[in-house]
Amino acid sequence: MTTLTVPAWGAAARLPRHLHAGAWWLWALGMAAAASRTTNPLLLGLLLAVTAFVVASRRTSAPWGGSFSAFLKLGLAVIAIRVVFQAVFGAHVGGSTVLITLPEIALPEWAAALKVGGPITLEAVMLAFYDGLRLAVILACMGAANALADARRLLRSVPGALYEAGVALVVAMTFAPRLVEDAVRIRRAHRLRGRRATGIRGLGRVAMPVLEGSLERALELAAAMDSRGFGRAGSVVPARRRATSLLVIGGLLGVGVGAYGLLDGGSAASTAWALLGLGLALAAGGFVLGGRGSRRTRYRPDPWRLPEWVVAGSGAFVAASFAIAASRGVPGMNLLIVPLVVPSLPVLPVVGALVALLPAWVAPQPAEVTA
Amino acid sequence: MIVFEDVSVRYQGQHTAVLREVSLRVPEGELCLVVGQTGSGKSTLLRAVNGLVPHFTGGTLAGRVLVAGRDTRTHRPRDLADVVGVVGQDPRSGFVADVVEDELAFGMEWLGLAPDVMRRRVEETLDLLGLADVRRRSMSTLSSGQQQRVAIGAALTAHPVVLVLDEPTSALDPQAAEDVLAALQRLVHDLGTTVLLAEHRLERVVQYADRVLHLPGDGRVVDGRPGQIMATAPIVPPVVALGRLAGWQPLPLSVRDARRAAGDLRARLAHRTPLRAVAPASAYPPLARTSALVVRYGKTVALRGVDFSVRPGEIVALMGRNGAGKSSLLTALVGLVEPSGGSVSTGGLLPHQADPNEMVRAAGLVPQEPADLLYAESVAGECRDADIDAAAAAGTCRGLLARLAPEIDDATHPRDLSEGQRLCLAIAVVLTAAPPLLLLDEPTRGLDYAAKRRLTGILRGLVSAGSARAVVLATHDVELVAEAASRVVVVADGEVVADGPTADVVVGSPVFAPQVAKVLAPLPWLTVGEVEAALEAAS
Repeated sequence: MTTLTVPAWGAAARLPRHLHAGAWWLWALGMAAAASRTTNPLLLGLLLAVTAFVVASRRTSAPWGGSFSAFLKLGLAVIAIRVVFQAVFGAHVGGSTVLITLPEIALPEWAAALKVGGPITLEAVMLAFYDGLRLAVILACMGAANALADARRLLRSVPGALYEAGVALVVAMTFAPRLVEDAVRIRRAHRLRGRRATGIRGLGRVAMPVLEGSLERALELAAAMDSRGFGRAGSVVPARRRATSLLVIGGLLGVGVGAYGLLDGGSAASTAWALLGLGLALAAGGFVLGGRGSRRTRYRPDPWRLPEWVVAGSGAFVAASFAIAASRGVPGMNLLIVPLVVPSLPVLPVVGALVALLPAWVAPQPAEVTA
Repeated sequence: MIVFEDVSVRYQGQHTAVLREVSLRVPEGELCLVVGQTGSGKSTLLRAVNGLVPHFTGGTLAGRVLVAGRDTRTHRPRDLADVVGVVGQDPRSGFVADVVEDELAFGMEWLGLAPDVMRRRVEETLDLLGLADVRRRSMSTLSSGQQQRVAIGAALTAHPVVLVLDEPTSALDPQAAEDVLAALQRLVHDLGTTVLLAEHRLERVVQYADRVLHLPGDGRVVDGRPGQIMATAPIVPPVVALGRLAGWQPLPLSVRDARRAAGDLRARLAHRTPLRAVAPASAYPPLARTSALVVRYGKTVALRGVDFSVRPGEIVALMGRNGAGKSSLLTALVGLVEPSGGSVSTGGLLPHQADPNEMVRAAGLVPQEPADLLYAESVAGECRDADIDAAAAAGTCRGLLARLAPEIDDATHPRDLSEGQRLCLAIAVVLTAAPPLLLLDEPTRGLDYAAKRRLTGILRGLVSAGSARAVVLATHDVELVAEAASRVVVVADGEVVADGPTADVVVGSPVFAPQVAKVLAPLPWLTVGEVEAALEAAS
C-alpha cells in the first residue's frame, strides 16, 4: 500500500493559520540585526518599509496587532530626543556647516568633554539623526514581531526543559493587566469615600489593597494549578533536573554573550562565533536531557513547516547580507559625517532587504479570531 | 466514590475544629449539595476532597479521606488531578491560559495524554458546555457565565470521576446560572460524574440534588435526602418555606412540584391582595435623575439614552443580564464615569464634576467588591477614618456598624470578616456621610440566607415610611428583590426595558419572577411573608 504524502507546500500549508511565533521572531531579529549594521538612511528606510509592508499584510486582528504603530511612535520620539540632546549637549564632531549658535555655558575643567549650548552644526545633527533612525528601525522590528506573533504562543512553544518557566511567564502576562484593573478600581473607590487619591499617602492607600488582593489571588491560582496537575510530570531525579538547568542556563549565557559580540561588531568575530556555537550546543544538550524525563504532552503544538523555514531564513539572509557588506567595508554602509555625502545604495544589502519581503506572500494569512 | 472516615480538620491558631469526626460516603454518579452558613466549613469540606486541605492550606487533618480508592494523605492534589476536578469560587483567579482552548487543555497536558485524545476531548467539552463559538477567544472577553463554564470545562477534560464546585452560580445572572446548572445536570446524567457542589443560592440548585450535606456550623455534617434535610433545615429556599407553611406532603423542592400542590392555596388566596407598603407619593423632588443618559467606554456603549429617577422612600432594584449597564448607571450617578451624552444630576450636583467630598453627602455607592472601600488595619481604624473622611462626629461610623452588625469585634482585620460582615462595614462607612441616596452594586454576592435576611432588614430600616432616604440596588437576586424592592427597573443592552412597581414587573416574567410568584401565578404574591400574613389574617 502506498501512502500519499501531501507536500508541505501544498494547499494545506497555505490555509489561513498562525505562523509559528518563533519564525516571526527570528525574522524580526534578523531585520533588527541588519539595521544595527548600517547608518545609511536609505537602507534603514528600506528596512522600515519592508517591515511595515509585511506587518500590514500579515498582522493579526488580535489586540496586540496594533502594537506596530506604538513602536513607530516610540521610534520617532527616540530620534527627536537623540537630535535634541546632540544639538544641546553633544561634543563637537567636527564639521563646519553651522546652522545656529546657542549661548554656551562655560563648564569647569573636569567636565571638558561635555558642552552645553554653543554652535550647532549640520554634521552633528545628521550624525544624531542617523543614530536615532537606526535605533528607531530596530524598535520598529521589535514592534513588528509583537504585531505579527503572540508572545504567549512563543512562550508556549519553548522546549520542555523551559516549559515551567514559560507557563509562569504566560500566567504573569495574564496577571499583570489585572493588577492595573484593580488599581483603577480601587482608585475609583477612593472617590466613593470622598477622598482624592493623590500624593504618597494616596499611593500607599491604593497600593496596599492591590497588593493584598493580588497576593490572595496568587494563592488561589497556585491552588487551582496544583489541583489541575501542574508539576506532576516533574517527578524527575533531582540530579538530572539540576544538570538540565545548569546546561540550559550556561548555554543561554553563551548564546547571549556570543550574539552580543556578533551584533556589536567590536570584538573578534571568531571568538563570538565560538561562544555562540558552544552556547547553542550546551543549551541543546540541556533541552534534550530535560525533555527526556517529561511525561507531559502538548495540545496542538504550532507546526514548523516550509513557510516557517522561509520566513526565518529570509530573516537570516537579510542579517547576513548586511553583516557581510559591513565587514567588507562596502561603501554606503556607514556614512561619513565629515564631509557630509549624499548616501549611495550598495547592492548586496538591498537584495537582502528585498528577500526579507518574502514573508508578505509566503506566510499564510493569519486565522481570524471569531469575535 | 468519596469516603470520609472520622475526618477532623483544625487550622493552626484556631481553638475549635472546622470539621469534627465527619464520616460520610458519596456514591458514584450523585449530585451532592453542600449547604451551610458562611464559615460553617463548606470550603474546607470541599477542599479536603482533593487534598488541598491539608496539603495546600496547612492545618491538621485527622482520619482518612478516600477518593476513588486513593488516600489524600499519600496523594497530593496534583496526584489526584486525574480523578478530581476542582472549580473554585472565582473562575478568573484559576485561569492560566489566554485562550479558551488552551485553558481546556492545560490539565491534560500535565496528565501526559496523547495529542489526539486531547484534541478529541477539547472538542467534546466545547460541545458539552456550549463553548464552541468562543473557542479562540481570549478569556478576558468572555461573560462571567462563559468564564464559569470554561472553568468547569477545564476541570472536565481530564475526565475526572469527581467534580467539586464551590459556589458556581453565585456571581451569575439567572440565565447564566441556568446554563451552568444544565451543564452539570448533563454530566451527572450522561457521564455518571459524581458532583459535589456548595451553593448559597439553594433556590437554584436544591431541586437537582440527590443528596444534601448540611453543615450546621458546629463541625458536624448532617447527611440526608434533600426532602429530609429541607424539612428541618434553618436555611431553605422560598419554595420549601412555602411548602412548610402550607403543610404540603411530600415537601416540594422545585417550582413545578409546588405548583402541582398549590391549587388549594391559590384558591384560598384568590380574593385577597397582598399587604404592601404603598408606593410613596411622588410629591418629593427626586434624589437623583438622569435624562437621555449615554455612557460609553471607547466603542462599547454601556447606556444608550436612559431616563431614570429615584424619589425618597423608594427601594429600586436594577435588574438585567451581566453587562447590561446596571453598574454603569450606578457609577454615573456618583460621578465615577463621565456621561458622553444626556444629563445626570444627583442631589442637585453634577456628579462627575462635583468635589468627591460633597458628592458623598449626596449619594453613597457600595461597589461590587465592598473590600475596595476598606483600607485600614482594623475595623476600629476603618470607622475612625470614615468619620474623618466624612467630617462626622467621632463614633458615628462605629455607632452605625453596631446597629448593622453588632457582633463585629473592633480589632478584627477587615479582610478577616465574612462577606456579609464586610458588606455591613462598607455600608456603615458609606452611611457615615449621611447621604440620602444609598447605591448598592450586587450586594448579595456570596451572602448566605441569614446575611441576606439581615440586609433586607437594614434596607427596610433605612427606607421606612415617610423617610427622606432612598436605595438603589443592582442585583441578580430575584428573591432579594421580591423581599425588599418597591420598584424594579429592568435594563437590557443599555436601555431601560421595564420600569414599575415590583409586582407588576416580576410576576409573569420567566426570568425575574421569585419562586413564590411562579408557584402562585397569576396571583401577584411575591414572598412567603406576604402569604403568611394573609393566611393569618384569614384565620
